[in-house]
Formats: sequence, structure tokens, C-alpha cells
Amino acid sequence: MTTMYTPDHEWINIEDHEAAVVGITPHAQDALGDVVFVELPEIGRTLKKGEIAGVVESVKAAADLYMPVSGEIVEVNEALRADPALANTDPMGNGWFFKVHITEMAEFDQLMDTPAYDALLKSL
Amino acid sequence: MSDTLQTTPLHDLHLRLGARMVPFAGYSMPVQYGTGLVAEHKHCRSAAALFDVSHMGQVLLHGADAAAALETLVPVDIVELGVGRQRYGFFTNTSGGLLDDLMITRPPAGTGFGDLLLVVNAGCKDADVQHMVTHIGHRCRVQAVPERALLALQGPLAVAALARLNEGVCQLVFMSGGVFELAGAPCFVTRSGYTGEDGFEISVPAERAEALAAALLAQPEVKPAGLGARDTLRLEAGLCLYGHDIDATTSPIEAGLNWAIQKVRRPGGARAGHYPGAATIEKHLAGAAPSKRVGLVGLERVPVREGTTLVDAHGHKLGTVTSGTLAPSVNQAIAMAYLPLDHAKPQHEVYAEVRGKRLPMRATPMPFQPHRYFRG
Repeated sequence: MTTMYTPDHEWINIEDHEAAVVGITPHAQDALGDVVFVELPEIGRTLKKGEIAGVVESVKAAADLYMPVSGEIVEVNEALRADPALANTDPMGNGWFFKVHITEMAEFDQLMDTPAYDALLKSL
Repeated sequence: MSDTLQTTPLHDLHLRLGARMVPFAGYSMPVQYGTGLVAEHKHCRSAAALFDVSHMGQVLLHGADAAAALETLVPVDIVELGVGRQRYGFFTNTSGGLLDDLMITRPPAGTGFGDLLLVVNAGCKDADVQHMVTHIGHRCRVQAVPERALLALQGPLAVAALARLNEGVCQLVFMSGGVFELAGAPCFVTRSGYTGEDGFEISVPAERAEALAAALLAQPEVKPAGLGARDTLRLEAGLCLYGHDIDATTSPIEAGLNWAIQKVRRPGGARAGHYPGAATIEKHLAGAAPSKRVGLVGLERVPVREGTTLVDAHGHKLGTVTSGTLAPSVNQAIAMAYLPLDHAKPQHEVYAEVRGKRLPMRATPMPFQPHRYFRG
């Protein structure tokens, strides 16, 4: 299991050879505050790295969710849709957003690893 | 705009309480504390929340002619405002728009709070003082009092908490005020607020503000709340935020604030007119207002925010959302917007354009959350 991070404070975790799981980091959920609404991508859609995959909204603000890598959406977290607060209470676990079948593994390898992301957080 | 933010007398306390500070109207203000906006909002609806609103402007008017003078700037009955009574009002401009909205109280004579005590918005306070000095400064003395802090204690248990510091506050009813000693400080307390709940606003000398805040936070009912919760609470209560729901281009009639213009200041009244923009506002009162501020409830559970375009069933633009959120207590998407009169009727459906979709919203009477003021 390898978890990588984006500068937009999303994480992506290679679960198996087929799909990677994507969510927002504890820092992202803390900055947003109480998450009250998520818009998740359509299953089966193919999106490029950097394209908008969904939306996460708190009482105060709305933020776009970006594709950390190019790929096909294979599953979305219906539990999160029903209870958006999962993004606050368990951002790295049950608060995941969607699963993606990665088409360009090189894009995954270029993301930040844990030490690099920790360094980014320290620099904020 | 200055790069340096001003701070309130409670700044250090906010930091100790773990507040997230944000710039607001030139001040560094707490937007939320550790428990978060929704918990603070719900605590205010169920118990009591303490807000620092010291950024707002407190202004005293001195002189026997102050009330009559102020009536030349607001379409509100000030002359007959009783001692210890408070009233909501607004400064109008010559085209009938709103320069600011404010609270006006007539303190008991000789208590050191002038002949009228005004509380105005932070972002407008300098302009408001200048406006009064220019237009009524020859009739009364206009004194800004930045040396006083302002705390708001709001919620159904606010009275129980504050009464432990001075049980005299129980005598106050909604929209009345007086001088009370709290935590050793002479305070001007009004029973009013910006949440739709029972509660108090407390003007306290800056150097005693932290001791008073600490004494209030020591009460078991009371928790601190930030400007984030203040905004969602006032929106649920259907109350306007200046610069968003009302501004220099909206008339008080379009804004649905007719109730704040007493009969005596309307055509046929003993002191009708004689305030800026009276001609336009009187036309609007007679039914010529082109649009009206309405409350909207989303039929889907998707937040609809300020700036969102509203359209009719055919996609024609009707207006723009002026405030909107997913409301913590109402637990629905709620919003305010100006709509043409024929679309402003209750139950009328309009559509909010959000990310390329049209979300249905229904016009609804406000408040979204029933007011629970203490009227005695």
C-alpha cells in the first residue's frame, strides 16, 4: 500500500492493481470545516489528471475535487454522499471519495510521498 | 485598505481558545473555534453562545435635539422612542438605497451613554460617523466610542447565564436596554441580537471585556462562537447582512424592511418624509418596488451560495442569490435573493444554476427558523 499526495491536499492510495482510492487529507478537511455536501463523479467516466472530478462543500465554502491522476472512475463512496461529515471524521479512511483505474502509472509516481507532503504542510 | 489588521480587546482570549482568525472589515476576527461552525451554531440554538462583535461601531449622540436630527437621516421614529427602548433602522441615500443598517437605543438620562446609543456595521462605521458629523453635527455631538468592546450572548439559556452575573437583566424584554454592572464593569446591556434567539448585546469598557468574557464563559451554558456561526444563525433567522442582502442600491421596501418604517414617518404621518430618498421610498411603499427580497429553500440538499444566478423554468435570468448556505438547524439549503414581484410569491419555484445544473428552489416566508425573542 502506497499513499501519495497532491498539492491540492488530496491523497491517493493504490489499493490493488485495479483501482486506487482518492480522498482529501486531514489538512484539507480542517481548512474546509464541517463538510455538508459532496458531488461525486459518474462511474465509468474517464478523466485526465487535473480535471474537476467533484465538489466538496462545507457550510462556509465550496472546493473543487481534482483528478490526482488520469483514469476511469470505477466506484464512488455512497456512504460519503449520505453522510458528508465522514470527510471530517475519517478523511483517510471511511471518508474516501472515489476509486480510479489509473491509466498512467507515471503520473502516480510523480506525486508527493508522505515525507514530501509533510514538508509541504510545514511550509504553509 | 491597510495591510495591518486591527484587533479587538478579546484578541488574546480568542487565540487562547484556539480560534481560527480571519480578516473581516479590517479586523482580525474569530471565524470559528475548535468545535467548528456547526457545533457552535447548534449550541447557540440549544444553550448560549458568546460572540465578540467588538469590531462593530458604537456611536453616542449627545444633545436634546439628537433624536429629531437623526430622523433627518433615517426613516424611523426616533423622537417617540421611549427611554430604555431600542429600535432597528437604516441610513438611506438620496436614491432611496441603504447606506447602512443600525440599532438605535435611547439610554436612561444621565447614565453616560448619551441621548442615543447607536450600533453600526464595522465596514461602514467610519463613513457613518462622517455622514452624521456632516449632516447633523451642527444639531448634536457625534461621538464614536472605540474604547468600548461589544459582546453578544445569544441563545435560550443566555438569560440564565447572564442573570448569575446580575439578575437585573431579567427585567429586560426584547428590544430594550439599560445600564448594569457585570463583572465589576459598568455595561450597557440590550436584549437583542442577530441570531433569532433570545439574548443580549453587552457594551463593556475595553479593559474589562476579557474579564467579562471569562466570567460568561465560566457559566456552564456558555461556549464561544465565531463569525461563521453568526452568519448561518442570522441567515436562518431571515436577517439581512449589510453589503450582501442590502446595500446602496436596494430600497428598504425591496428588502422587505417596511416594518421598520413607522406610520409617523410614512405619507400622512405627523413627521412623514424629510429623510434622504423619501420620494423613492414612498413610491416603493405605495407598490412601485420593482423587486422584493425573498427567502428560498432548495428542494435538493445542495448548498446554493451568494452570487448564484436564479432563472425561471425557461432559463430567463430572474436574479442573484445574496446569501445562501446549507443551514445547520433548518437542515436544508436556504438562500435570500431579490426577485421580480411576480416571482416573489410564496411557493413560487425558481431554479438556481449550480455547476451547469438547474436546482429547484421554492420561495418561502422568512424566518426559516422561528424567532424566539423574549417579549415579556
